[in-house]
Amino acid sequence: MIEALRRSALRASGVLIRWIILVAAVAALVATMTAIVGYDPWVALGSLWHGSLGTQYAVLSATLVRATPLMLTGLAVTLAFTAGLMNIGAEGQLLAGATAAVAVGLATGQSASRLVTVPLELVLGGLAGALWAFIPAWWRQRFGVLEVISTIMMNFVALYLVGYLVRGPLQEPLHIYPQSEGLPAAARLPLLAAGMRLHWGFPIAVLCSLALWWALRFTAAGFRIRVLGMNPDAAVSAAQIDVRRTAMRAFLASGALAGLAGAIEVTGVTYSLYENLSPGYGYTAIAVALVGALNPLLTAVSSILFGALEAGAAAMQRDAGVPSVLASVVEASIILLLLAFRELRVPGSVLRRLRAWRPTASDRASATGDSMSGRS
Amino acid sequence: MTENPPALALEHIDKWFGAVQALSDASLLIRRGTIHAVLGENGAGKTTLMRVAYGMATPDRGVVRVHGRAVHLRSPADAIERGIGMVHQHFTLVPTMTVAENLALGRRGTLRSGEMGTVLGDLVSAVGSSVDLNARVNDLSVIAQQRLELLKVLTRNAETLILDEPTAVLAPAEADDLLRRLRGLADAGQSVVLVTHKLRDALRIADDVTVLRQGTISLASPRAEVNEDQLIEAMLGRRPDGSSASTRRVRTGSVLITARDVSIVDSRGLPRVRNATFEVHAGEIVGVAAVDGSGHGELLRAIAGRLPVTSGTLTLPTSVGFVPGDRHRDGLVLTMSLIENYLLKGAGATRGVIKWRDATAIAREIVRNFGVRVDGVGATAMTLSGGNQQRFIIGRELYGMPAALVAENPTRGLDIQATLEVRNRLVEACSEGVAIVFHSADLDEILAISDRVLVVYNGLVREVVPDADLVGRAMLGAA
Repeated sequence: MIEALRRSALRASGVLIRWIILVAAVAALVATMTAIVGYDPWVALGSLWHGSLGTQYAVLSATLVRATPLMLTGLAVTLAFTAGLMNIGAEGQLLAGATAAVAVGLATGQSASRLVTVPLELVLGGLAGALWAFIPAWWRQRFGVLEVISTIMMNFVALYLVGYLVRGPLQEPLHIYPQSEGLPAAARLPLLAAGMRLHWGFPIAVLCSLALWWALRFTAAGFRIRVLGMNPDAAVSAAQIDVRRTAMRAFLASGALAGLAGAIEVTGVTYSLYENLSPGYGYTAIAVALVGALNPLLTAVSSILFGALEAGAAAMQRDAGVPSVLASVVEASIILLLLAFRELRVPGSVLRRLRAWRPTASDRASATGDSMSGRS
Repeated sequence: MTENPPALALEHIDKWFGAVQALSDASLLIRRGTIHAVLGENGAGKTTLMRVAYGMATPDRGVVRVHGRAVHLRSPADAIERGIGMVHQHFTLVPTMTVAENLALGRRGTLRSGEMGTVLGDLVSAVGSSVDLNARVNDLSVIAQQRLELLKVLTRNAETLILDEPTAVLAPAEADDLLRRLRGLADAGQSVVLVTHKLRDALRIADDVTVLRQGTISLASPRAEVNEDQLIEAMLGRRPDGSSASTRRVRTGSVLITARDVSIVDSRGLPRVRNATFEVHAGEIVGVAAVDGSGHGELLRAIAGRLPVTSGTLTLPTSVGFVPGDRHRDGLVLTMSLIENYLLKGAGATRGVIKWRDATAIAREIVRNFGVRVDGVGATAMTLSGGNQQRFIIGRELYGMPAALVAENPTRGLDIQATLEVRNRLVEACSEGVAIVFHSADLDEILAISDRVLVVYNGLVREVVPDADLVGRAMLGAA
């Protein structure tokens, strides 16, 4: 165990060094792009810093608030990728969780106390995310539909479903705005302290990160997930792992984490449901997880870096007039850089799948398993 | 033959891979309009020789002649240009493309489907039933895919066709059909090279036979002048008469593994093992002899509890160790440490929290007892040499003494020292009461350490007296 810890510490320090390079690269990228678009790069970088990490207010009311959904969806992606599952559907699972939480909150928030309502919202949000993940997981196992495609499609289904709900069954009583009624006080996550926007969702996300790290490192179930992701053939032959069951459980847990992110976002930040609830948290989550080298603890830290980038970009638009879409350009550049250089430690299987979307050995194994059990 | 030079001639070919000589002074003459069978055990050098003929490997010495003219084949494209085509054992089709697109692959210029149709019209009769140009390869049966491979070669005006184990993936009736078509092609003036280790196919259809053994030509003759016995001897070599029966243990242990009428059908619906019935006792080594694709792989996996049987009953002890044939793919997670690779064993059934301390101690014990040379058990499996990886796997599977051990080619790719060590481990475990079932591509190895021998041919399992000649014949399907 000491040995294992020593080696994972070594690996983590390698990642940290790359992060320093990454942050420097991001700063250079922002400066270059703002200069190209015609703004003063120093002013832009200054407001980026002030709006993200430069002041206590920025950290507690902007960066960490942004980081919370990124952390949970980042963990969802980390878990799925570790199992070798290309779950690109954290966005849809987040929306499913948000919808369930708002529905429950509106139904019980008036009568029940906060101690009942909030846990109920979070649990049902997680379940809704798991359910949204179950559909592509089932398709994959039953029909061989590649989850990388189906999860993306399910994102749009979720988005349009929310669009329908906030104009129909869940629309606010006046029927003017395409959004739900605001959650009652008893259905809201409390703030960590008065005068800041940071809510209890952040410590919950950090706890999830610790729990996932512990589960993947120290439990038999987590070990199975890692083996499955690294070598599905050995998972069957050497470890006699039930590949289908392990993959399904990992997929559901991944969906639950994303669903929890949605539930926390509506109960802690927006207090109501509307279409543009998420500025693509579920997609940014992929970058968060890859930058975090698919390590739950590093993913938590990386989500804060991304939270800072997004919060800083918003400040940059406010203070220096630089369009905040710049943040998206930077994020996309980071992903491209990562894929191009493959500097960070990502299991080979994930990268192979990113490059070639085709069924893997685990598919073949499970398909064989199917036909075998079907006949016997 | 002087006025009519051979369609393809490989003369005195040497080929080295590093320090290993794959071919030594190997020659092959393919006469026009004939079928030429190239026989040999796994690893005898058949594939290397064909790669030389098809421009995929350049010989270190020797000459390749096409119609008498010496040529330098630098790539398959060179070979195709000179009228040599090859159908590989593993198909080289693009599954998501149509038949027409696959035929067009690798050609130059514009694709005119009308033109393609006329070319095909003439050829289709040669390979069998009609082809739907617009069908996707995904949707084709295996035999249809093979016909397409053959068509692909024929549309490039190949005069000499090389087929590598073409019947390996086919059901018997399909194989017969293919062989008939090949005869038709030969009668029409084409030359066919049939690379196979199926003696029966070769005897039935070939005009000439060349046998390779350990990289050299051990026999080259017209089919009419050789009989089955001579071919078997040429393939397997002369052996010192039977490794004396005195070394064989008398079975005394109780029955551990019982198979009654066991059949296994693969995902394509083809039977791999048919009605196998046998027993394995504690404290004996049962060797499973077979040539590639006979169904022994599925049989071993079933005995190891890794593959469910389709019908019949297979009774297994609770603990069965498994040493898979492909250690990188099936035996280890190369990116994980040895501790984690030890934890793989039984990982499907463990619960709760991992006991890292215990696992580390056990991994150390395995490394020590089995002489695995490694820089600490925290090192990844990737950093080990092949022999040390295999030592670790065997150590892991024998740790805690399972009731039975199944091993597939346990000495593949190991040097002599490691090979002897692995064999000794198996014999040792056996003397401690473990029932051992193992397959080796090397018949000598099977005969060296087995108490009993099961031969699998075409899915049929039967026990054969452990004698080189008898086992060799049985695994090649000879009477």
